[in-house]
Amino acid sequence: MRCEEVARQLPQTVEGTPVDLAMQTHIESCLRCQAELARYRRMLRALQQLRTRFLEPSPSLLAQTLAALEEAGERQAVRSLLSGRRLAYAGAIGGAALATAGTAAALIVARSRRRAAVA
Amino acid sequence: MVTDPTAELRAEVDRLVDAARSGDRAAFDELVRRTYVDTYTLAMRLTANEEDAHDVVQESYLRAWKGINRFRGDAQFSTWMYRITANAAATLVQKRRRRRTESLEFVEEPVDVSIEAQPEAATESSVGLEELARAVAALPPKLRSVVVLKDVYGLSHEAIAEDLGISVAAAKVRLHRGRKRLRDVLFEEGGRSAHAV
Repeated sequence: MRCEEVARQLPQTVEGTPVDLAMQTHIESCLRCQAELARYRRMLRALQQLRTRFLEPSPSLLAQTLAALEEAGERQAVRSLLSGRRLAYAGAIGGAALATAGTAAALIVARSRRRAAVA
Repeated sequence: MVTDPTAELRAEVDRLVDAARSGDRAAFDELVRRTYVDTYTLAMRLTANEEDAHDVVQESYLRAWKGINRFRGDAQFSTWMYRITANAAATLVQKRRRRRTESLEFVEEPVDVSIEAQPEAATESSVGLEELARAVAALPPKLRSVVVLKDVYGLSHEAIAEDLGISVAAAKVRLHRGRKRLRDVLFEEGGRSAHAV
């Protein structure tokens, strides 16, 4: 195995993923590849350290985020209210339509009974 | 009796999450106060842009509040927030990139982060991580997000693929390329910048 082939595979094997025997044998006997592996390991350790290096946000971020949540909550409440009112309106219109239909039906029945009685 | 401050902190976060799940907005606000620096740090590492990071943080907490009932508690709240943040950042970066491609002012200059470019930095012991952070920020966005989520935050390939909307194979390829690119920048020309990390 050549150093170039090992170098190509190192980025994915550096975490300790099992490597094939040819690669392992090459690294054990090649100082250049050992140095390259050490560089990747050092880089990964440093990357892991970045996890606890917090960045300082601008002082307004917290207030803006809480305000955005508040606003979203209000929008949600308004939407719920509106959809509730829409339901109420739809219910009222449906009820009125049913009442009108009922009245019309009663009138028709009453009229047909009167006609029957006269006959 | 010895108390573990980390365990106490986690228990307090769990209590706030439970309260937030039952609709307590004040509890959720307290969760935001306790975690927003962490969320902002991830957003900055993913977007490498202050304005974008602010937008990502706000969007992430809006999504978290809407979906708090889907948080089952089998992972830590912070891990759940990382995934929401990664997804929000991916969405925003895609949107912004489409808008910026026409504008020359947003074409990023290649950043030389090698120690030779900043010789004064080599004398400071803490400079290694600063150099590394700048090298990560200079990576192309697609490679940067995978390197940050995997190598800095320790998310699995599967989680990264899901959050970024790519296949697991694509996530692995991007990680491989990102690490290689980072290595080339930090250890340019066979170790010339070897003190960078």
